[in-house]
Amino acid sequence: MTMTDMLKLSGVRKAFGGTEVLHGIDLTVRKGEVVAVLGPSGSGKTTLLRCANFLERADAGQLELDGVTLDLARAAHAQIAEVRRRTGFVFQGYNLFRNRTALGNVTEGLIVARHMPRAEAEKRAHACLMRVGMDDRCDAYPAALSGGQQQRVAIARAMATEPEIIYFDEPTSALDPELTGEVLASMRSLAEDGMTMLVVTHEMSFAKNVADRVVFMDGGVVVADAPAREFFEHPANERVRAFLRTADAA
Amino acid sequence: MDSSLAELLIDSFPKILIPGLVYTLPLAFVSFAIALVIATAVALIQYARVPVLRQLARFYIWVVRGTPLLVQLYVVFFGLPDFGIVLDPLPTAVLVLSINTGAYSAETMRAALESVPVGQLEAGYCVGMSYLQVMRRIVLPQALRTAFPPLSNELIALVKDTSLAANIMVAEMFRATQEIVSREWVTMPLYLEVAAIYLLFSTVLTWLQRLGERKLAAQGMERG
Repeated sequence: MTMTDMLKLSGVRKAFGGTEVLHGIDLTVRKGEVVAVLGPSGSGKTTLLRCANFLERADAGQLELDGVTLDLARAAHAQIAEVRRRTGFVFQGYNLFRNRTALGNVTEGLIVARHMPRAEAEKRAHACLMRVGMDDRCDAYPAALSGGQQQRVAIARAMATEPEIIYFDEPTSALDPELTGEVLASMRSLAEDGMTMLVVTHEMSFAKNVADRVVFMDGGVVVADAPAREFFEHPANERVRAFLRTADAA
Repeated sequence: MDSSLAELLIDSFPKILIPGLVYTLPLAFVSFAIALVIATAVALIQYARVPVLRQLARFYIWVVRGTPLLVQLYVVFFGLPDFGIVLDPLPTAVLVLSINTGAYSAETMRAALESVPVGQLEAGYCVGMSYLQVMRRIVLPQALRTAFPPLSNELIALVKDTSLAANIMVAEMFRATQEIVSREWVTMPLYLEVAAIYLLFSTVLTWLQRLGERKLAAQGMERG
């Protein structure tokens, strides 16, 4: 692990009911880097992300987060909590706390998990909501917000804890095309600020224009790992070319 | 209606209502409060899949839901003294009614807990909260809101079920009515009178339930 590596996953394996969906994944994200994980449905991208934050227990594998090494299969509760405090996660289905306002969603983790005084937490939450253009709706409950607005609040929630890396699990897949733009804009602004991001996505334009590097997964293995520009302009192999052709046609 | 009957009804009204206010309602409310504690604990044990305790919880619900409330009252009040356990009528009624309603409410609470999307728990983990913190602050409050209407129904059912305690000599309002009936030799009017008072209690509770539901809805979380 070099000095600039933020996250290093190695040898990640995961099976569901006897079927292995991750066959030993290696993936590195450097500090300040935005890595897009592309691949067809069922390639294991989401599972990899969930294993990295212990939402799924990997069967084997290692996680190095800014110098701290953990066994993905055997990490203890306290270690898992520590990893989660240092990372952010944005879900495909937003998963905003339904019994909290937009502001409450952002302050919850600060006040409860980090024991930050309420006034300070709210100040930071307002600043984060401002960043994603949602501060004017800070008193709204999730049920009163559109999908795009909910996802922007979720991004504010993830960045409020000042994580070392934010994982995005298909953040725009549940959104209408006209709402994906506002979410991608928030992510782009976060990337421009130097946030380290690992983004599982189907958004080719985001991968092409915002990501520094693209990791292409298929059938539970990494098929290609290249700088974004090279990935699109000089596809490494036939599998990637086929994927890009169908993506262009869509 | 002849005047002596009217007089009897007017005369008996406070004699039925007061035991209702002093015994029936407190019995129902105290039992319900204990039942809610039992129900939440039993539901959480099942939700969290705690080994052994979970099997015990299923056994408790199976036995209590599978036997009549009246039989449960008799077992505790007339049966336990054979084993040297003698309880007064009122404590017996509180004990049996809370255990009984606890079993039904536990199923209501379990369903409500399971209706909270697992993503709520995962989101809590991902902002650094512990299992207990997410349960207490995010999952349980949402489950309680979902469970509010069915739990209100269970409270109303419990108010009426307290009348079974008349069989173990609790001086609640149905027993008070029976005592007047045996003294005055008038049946139908008096039983209708006590029925009307139960109806009054239920109506007020139904009204409070609707008020509560409206208040919860106003807090914006009834959908999505």
